[in-house]
Amino acid sequence: MTALTRSAAQRDRSRHAQRSAVADAMFRNITRVAALLVLALVIAILVVLLVQAWPAFHRFGWHFFSGREWDPAHATFSALTSIFGTLVTSAIAMVIAVPVSFGIALFITELAPAWLRAPVSIAVELLAAIPSIIYGMWGLFVFAPLFGEYVQPWIIEHIGSWPWVGALFQGPPMGIGIFTAGLILAIMVVPFISSVMRDVFSLVPTVLRESAYGVGCTTWEVVWRVVLPYTRAGVMGGIMLGLGRALGETMAVTFVIGNSHTLGTSLFNAGNTISSTLANEFTEAVGQTYTSSLVALGLILFLITFVVLALAKLLLLRMAAREGSPT
Amino acid sequence: MSAADRNATTLTHAIAPEILAGAGRDPARATVIENPKLAVRHLDFYYGDFQALRGIHMDIAERQVTAFIGPSGCGKSTLLRTLNRIYDLYPEQRASGEILLDGHNILDRDQDLNALRAKVGMVFQKPTPFPMSVHENIAFGVRLYERLSRTRMDDRVEWALRKAALWDEVKDKLRQGGTRLSGGQQQRLCIARAIAVKPEVLLLDEPASALDPISTLKIEELIAELKSDYTIVLVTHNMQQAARVSDYTAFMYLGNLVEYADTSTLFTNPSQKQTEDYITGRYG
Repeated sequence: MTALTRSAAQRDRSRHAQRSAVADAMFRNITRVAALLVLALVIAILVVLLVQAWPAFHRFGWHFFSGREWDPAHATFSALTSIFGTLVTSAIAMVIAVPVSFGIALFITELAPAWLRAPVSIAVELLAAIPSIIYGMWGLFVFAPLFGEYVQPWIIEHIGSWPWVGALFQGPPMGIGIFTAGLILAIMVVPFISSVMRDVFSLVPTVLRESAYGVGCTTWEVVWRVVLPYTRAGVMGGIMLGLGRALGETMAVTFVIGNSHTLGTSLFNAGNTISSTLANEFTEAVGQTYTSSLVALGLILFLITFVVLALAKLLLLRMAAREGSPT
Repeated sequence: MSAADRNATTLTHAIAPEILAGAGRDPARATVIENPKLAVRHLDFYYGDFQALRGIHMDIAERQVTAFIGPSGCGKSTLLRTLNRIYDLYPEQRASGEILLDGHNILDRDQDLNALRAKVGMVFQKPTPFPMSVHENIAFGVRLYERLSRTRMDDRVEWALRKAALWDEVKDKLRQGGTRLSGGQQQRLCIARAIAVKPEVLLLDEPASALDPISTLKIEELIAELKSDYTIVLVTHNMQQAARVSDYTAFMYLGNLVEYADTSTLFTNPSQKQTEDYITGRYG
C-alpha cells in the first residue's frame, strides 16, 4: 500500500467519523425535543386547567368535591355526583371486562385450535375499531330496551331484596342508567385489554411454558402460576389502558347513562360522569362560574387518571418486591 | 484444525487406555438390556408431514445414564420429547409406535399426562426458573402432587436443593426470585425442581449447553451423582460430555437410530461407518 492511498483512506475515514458524529448529535436532539414536547404538553394542559378552574375552586372551596348540587339556575356547582358516576361506571366495566378479556386471551393463546385463533383475534380487534358513538346508539336503541324489558326486572325482583347488595339493584327498570353505562364500557374496553393480554401471553418463552407442563401442571396451573406472574407488568399495562379508556369515555356513556345530576345508591338509577357532563353542558354553559366549574371537572378527571396510573405502578412495584425479582 | 477434529483428539485422550484395549469389533452386536426402564418400539414421529423419527427401537436401562448424540436435526431432542409426551402440547406433532415405561405404554390415548410427567421429569436447554422465589420454584411442583405441612415442605425443598448441589449457595436466598440466580445456579434449580417431585426418570435436553465450563462441570458431577437414584436420559451436542457422563450412548442420524451401545464401545469401537465418521469429526 502506498503512502498516498493510505492517507486518502485515512481522510475518508475521518470524514465519515465526523459526518456520523454530526448525524448522531442531530438524531439525539430530535428525539430529545420529541420527548420533552410531551412533558411540555402535559404541563401546559395542567396549567390551563388550573387557571381556568380556579374561579370555581375559589368560590366553592372543598365543598366542590363533596357537594351534590349541580344547579345552573342558581350557579351552584359541585362534583361529587360526576366523580361517583365516573368511578362507578369504570369499576363496573373493569369487574366485567378484566375476567372476560383474560378468558379471551387465554383461549386464543393456550386452548384454541390453530384455525380458530386468527378469526377470534380479528373479531375482538374489530370491536376496538367501532366508533364509540355507534356503541352509544346501539346501547340506547337496542341494548337498553332489551335490558330494561327482560333482565332488569328479574334482577330487581331476585337480587333487589338481598341485604346490603340489594340496595344496588333497586328502582324502576328503565334500561338506561349507571349499570348499563358500565356494561357498555365493559364491551368497549374488552378488545384493548384482551389484545394486550394476548400479546404478552404469547411472549412467554416456549421453554418456560413447556417446563411448567413438564412438572405436570394443568393448563390452568401453567397460566395462573407461571404465565400470569411472568407477564404481570404487561397484563397490568393492558388493564390500565382499558381503565384509562373507561374513565374518559364520553359519547357512549352520554347516550346510556341518563344524564341526571342525582346521586343514589342504586346502580339502576340514571347518573352522569365527568366526561358526559362536559359533553352535554359545555356548549350551553353561560357565565364564568359555570364554565369554570366544568373545567374544574376536567381537572379532576385528569387527576383521577393520574392517581390510578400511579397506584398501578405502585402495585407492580410491591408485587415485584414480594417476589424478590427486579422487574 | 477444525473444532470437530479438536473434539476427536481430546476424546481419545479422555478415554482410559484399558477401555481402548478391551474393545473388539463385532458388527452384529446388539445392545441387550435386562429389565429396561423404558422400551421404545417401532417409534415414528411426525411434525405435520415431516417424519422426524423412523422406526426407533431401543431399551433404556434403569439407574444408568443414556446419552443421545448426533448432528443437529437428527431427532435426538425429538426422541427425548416423546418420553414425557411434552410434544402433546402441539396438535400438529404426533407419534406412533410404543414407549413402555415399566411395561406400560405411555403413548396410550388415555395415559394421564400429569401423572406421567410426575414420573418423568424434564430439564431444558435454557434454565427456566418460574417467576417466583427459589423456595416456591421447588414447592410449586411438589404441591401439584402432594399436600405437605409447612415444615415437611421446607424439608423437601432443602432435600431437593442438596441433591442438586445448590443448597449451600442459595440457603440464604430462598425468598429471593429464582430468576436472580446465575445461569448455572438457575439450571441446578431446575434440576432440583424436577427432582423434588421424586420422579423415576430424568430427561435432560442439553442441560449444560448454555452454561460456562465451571457450571457445566457441576452439572456433569450432579448427573453422575443422581444416577444412583434416577434413570437419566441426556441429549447432548458435546461428545466428550456424552463420553464422560453416560453409560450408554445412542448415535442418531436423519431420524434413524444408527447405533446404540455402551458408551465405551460406541466411542472406541463403533460398528457403523456413520458413527465412526461422526465421532471422529468427519461430519456433523
